Amino acid sequence: MSDTATTLPPAAQRAPRFGVRNILTRYGSWIALVLLILVNLAITPNFATWQTFNVNLTQVCAIVIVGVGMTLVIATGGIDLSVGALMAIAGAIAPLIFLGKLFPLPHPAIGIALAFVVPVLIAAALGWFNGWLVTRLSIQPIIATLVLFIAGRGIAQVFTNGNLQVFNLPSFQFIGLGRVFGIPFQAILMIVIVAAAAWMLRRTVFGRQILAIGGNERAARLSGIPVAFVKQRVYLISGLLSGIAGLIVIARNSAADANLVGLGMELDAIAAVAVGGTLLTGGRATVIGTLVGALIIQLVRYTLLANGVPDAAALVAKAAIIVLAVWLQRQSQR
Amino acid sequence: MAPLLSMHGIDKRFAGIPALRSAELVVDKGEVHALIGQNGAGKSTMIKILTGYYRKDAGEILFDGRPVEFSSPQEAQRSGISTIYQEINLVPYRSVTENICLGREKRRFGLLDWSAMHAEARALLARFNIDIDVRRPIMTYPTAVQQMVAIARAIGFKAKLVIMDEPTSSLDEREVEVLFGVIRQLKEAGVSVIFVSHKLDELYAVCDRVTIMRDGRTIQVAPMDQLSRLDLVTSMLGRELSQVLHDGLDSANASGEAREPVLKVQNLAVGRKVHDVSFEVRPGEIVGLAGLLGAGRTESARAVFGADKADRGTIGFSGRENAISAPSDAIRAGMGFCSEDRKLEGIIPDMSVRENLTLALMPQLARRGIVDEARSRQIVDSFIKRLGIRCAGPEQRIRELSGGNQQKVLLARWLCMNPRLLILDEPTRGIDVGAKAEILGLIRELAGQGLGVLMISSELEEVVEAASRIFVLRDGRTAAELKGDAVNEQSVMAAMAHGHEDTRETVDV
Amino acid sequence: MNTISLKVFQGIGRYGVLLALVALILFGWLRYENFLGAFNVLSVLRYNSMFALVALGMCFVIITGGIDLSVGSTAALGSVVAALLSPYGVVPGLLGGLAAGLAVGACNAFIVTRLNILPFIATLATMLAASGCALLLANNQSVSVSYETGFVELGQGDLLGFPIPAWIALIAFLLGSLVLNFTSFGRTVLAIGGNEDAARLMGLPAQRVKALVYLASGGLAGLAGVILAAQFGAGQPIEGVGWELFAIAAVVVGGTLLTGGVGSVGSTLAGVLLLGLIFNILNFENGLGWISLSAYWQSVIRGAFLLLVVAIQARLSMRTEEAA
Repeated sequence: MSDTATTLPPAAQRAPRFGVRNILTRYGSWIALVLLILVNLAITPNFATWQTFNVNLTQVCAIVIVGVGMTLVIATGGIDLSVGALMAIAGAIAPLIFLGKLFPLPHPAIGIALAFVVPVLIAAALGWFNGWLVTRLSIQPIIATLVLFIAGRGIAQVFTNGNLQVFNLPSFQFIGLGRVFGIPFQAILMIVIVAAAAWMLRRTVFGRQILAIGGNERAARLSGIPVAFVKQRVYLISGLLSGIAGLIVIARNSAADANLVGLGMELDAIAAVAVGGTLLTGGRATVIGTLVGALIIQLVRYTLLANGVPDAAALVAKAAIIVLAVWLQRQSQR
Repeated sequence: MAPLLSMHGIDKRFAGIPALRSAELVVDKGEVHALIGQNGAGKSTMIKILTGYYRKDAGEILFDGRPVEFSSPQEAQRSGISTIYQEINLVPYRSVTENICLGREKRRFGLLDWSAMHAEARALLARFNIDIDVRRPIMTYPTAVQQMVAIARAIGFKAKLVIMDEPTSSLDEREVEVLFGVIRQLKEAGVSVIFVSHKLDELYAVCDRVTIMRDGRTIQVAPMDQLSRLDLVTSMLGRELSQVLHDGLDSANASGEAREPVLKVQNLAVGRKVHDVSFEVRPGEIVGLAGLLGAGRTESARAVFGADKADRGTIGFSGRENAISAPSDAIRAGMGFCSEDRKLEGIIPDMSVRENLTLALMPQLARRGIVDEARSRQIVDSFIKRLGIRCAGPEQRIRELSGGNQQKVLLARWLCMNPRLLILDEPTRGIDVGAKAEILGLIRELAGQGLGVLMISSELEEVVEAASRIFVLRDGRTAAELKGDAVNEQSVMAAMAHGHEDTRETVDV
Repeated sequence: MNTISLKVFQGIGRYGVLLALVALILFGWLRYENFLGAFNVLSVLRYNSMFALVALGMCFVIITGGIDLSVGSTAALGSVVAALLSPYGVVPGLLGGLAAGLAVGACNAFIVTRLNILPFIATLATMLAASGCALLLANNQSVSVSYETGFVELGQGDLLGFPIPAWIALIAFLLGSLVLNFTSFGRTVLAIGGNEDAARLMGLPAQRVKALVYLASGGLAGLAGVILAAQFGAGQPIEGVGWELFAIAAVVVGGTLLTGGVGSVGSTLAGVLLLGLIFNILNFENGLGWISLSAYWQSVIRGAFLLLVVAIQARLSMRTEEAA
């Protein structure tokens, strides 16, 4: 906004700069992550243990999975505030299904299968609805997704009447509690989703189209890219991933509380995306960066907690990290 | 009498590239002074330096007898220089009064005195014979009224000098007359006016003297009545009439004559700028679309490509009429379009050369949605070689390339689709001389292979050299069709300068 | 240009929300006993005055084309600071909360106008920071307010039979309306949102005005925090979650365009009351015993309401664009 008045012509013949600043902006998040790990190895007791590793990994799973969808949405120049609410909806519906409260179940296995599929599909459909608002009614993404942010959690609460649904169903809870070769299943799921999204962004037509729209929507349209279609898909994916994250969270807690599932998730996810180095105005995105960003935020929190700093102070640190990361990003754009 | 404004030896470089080279501009008190020149000639840079938007690198500015260097438009405004920008710079949702009075509000007891401000707005507009409800948002009024409001705002500042950058582009004839009346009033009151316009009639109607700029230099200063239209145009475009004679190198294109046109546009009307435009392009032919700025060239081309909606007229492409409603339709049908604004509508700056080049081709490059990297690299490599794109490699970000090389990438973006028609809007703008020649050579070579090319260019020399047929647009109408030996700068300039208001004339051998 | 649809557009922005509010009140009055009784009216006003203050600040920010996500946790911080200072008297409590809000607002102003970071992300960060500060100051629990000094009167007291917090909100809105409509500052706020570049070319001090708007939003949120602490007798470090989005919704329902440039203080107030009354009516409806809708419906209805408003806005603005 403010630099519309600069006198610089299109950055035509400027040579790429290699300097401390360039390295900082390009690999800053990786450097920060490595530094954090080194610092922890030095000062935090019992840091280099399998348990610490797993604890930190499981803490970020839901954020990263939602963050992947958020990364894609932001890559098109949008934003999705409804992710937390969609998590609540998915988290509320799944137990209703496998506990047989919605309809009688012919067989428990069918109930569990449906409990995986239906909530995720509903969340995806709601995500698509966000995309529809954005593309067909040309409502700004922030407002379009605010609608479901407000109404979504209410819908989940109405479904469950605000009650806590407690359950103990190992076959369903595998998604949150299971382990494969000692690694939490949710972490594996997270890695798979991150890898798939990173691959998609780089290698597929769809991925390129997402970045092209975020990078220059007018040019993308003039190159024949179906802008509305791509955007709708992206919001749909964001909804779908929120649904999955919702299931993980309730499985982990052995309980679904529509009031709490995914609360504040939209902000955590956006923070992870921003710290990870994705351009918030769109056009440049890194899914792996989002993973790194979430890990940084989590590790800072862990470091502070493990060394006796109150959780609240970690929030202030998180704020500082976000501002610093975005500010560094801006410097590199100049 | 000392002049009101004199700018001497003004230099300005943008990132090392000179935009102004010791340019001059002298405006007398109570004079209406025309400032004209091609795109990129340096007029707007000159104006922006004067109003403090840019800082000059060298030179001096004397205003009202004192040396000045404004650091912001506000400061210039306070010293008595008001500017009306080409794009209407108003706040759309706010009332007429606010748009006129913002920045010099009237107050009573510390609060805004709305009734006094409404009265002032009404009084200012009355000079333009405009009587409207000044409380309503400016966006509810037609563009012409908005333009008048912008002018009223500028005049309301008790300016000594009013700069008008193409003030008439959205006004109809009657409104232009009213504006001229106001300009004459200003003149009588001793206010000077700098008038930027591409409409020659207007320059002759209202201006006293003219400064002609080209390539960042002041080329000529003369009283309006001592300069013929043709002299003015030639001076502006920088061509001596005797020097230019088309050397008939269009033998390669002549064979196209017999073929069916690949594109046929008839009586096209789009928005405010295009009223009745007709032209056609045959396979293997380069057709030029010439005209002064604002003649409706770009708007016509965009409508052909489906980027804007046509109001009237038929666009026939490949034998089908009006089948294109979006760029994706046009691309599927075999069209390519290089926009005049590379930065805004062409490149995707953060993407690599390879990704930019294959942007339109991608769906065809993919199997089940997965881009075939090997083939993509192959195609990109071959185009980099064939077009001589100078880059560190296909993975370099396109924003790091020079303008000429960016343009080649965009050309390649369409060429790899094997199109039947390529629309090039100002393909050589902002590109250095060497790259220009390369790109023009390339275009000619492509046409030789059967591609139809529609080329819009403000550089006459370029159009005349490349095109075998030229359609000259004037004020949104096709003013002339030139072919054969008539394709020379003289006739194009003649058509641009005088045009043929009602009847379209075909100049033949 | 189609001026009729434009008029409708403007009309809906300006009067639609008022009409809806009047309709809702009429509905409540006809349907429920005591709906317009003093007790109900006053408690609705008392409770919603906090949101009204936050929405007022948000309204200004949104008119400039920005957004302030930090208001909720700023209010929480304000409530904690006010509660901590309440033993020293009404004035220290009030000023303390206000100062805390202004501090957060100053951070926002700095990050947005000096570091040139998008308002969305800038205020997201300060939201976290303010929340962290509130928790630190309050030691992770709510802080009781001193009942000795009369501080609670700020939230629970009446003046001339009207709740004090409602007085505060009313005065704030009157001032806000005055500033927006009758000072050059207010008109500059509108101009920046309408077209920031044009505003700058017109010679208006865009950056300074923007900074002041974020400062004001923070201050108003701090004030809301003071009322929160006084009304509930405690500083609440974890209150205020979601307030920012409620405030945005109220502003948008009030017809203010999120793209900036159009907005009205009065209809923002109507928006707050409208969204607030939905909850109230739900309570009454349940009281009738015909149906039993849980309180959770209120957010669903609010969401639906927001959707309706933005859909209408979008439709109309599309049509005006076509007409232009």
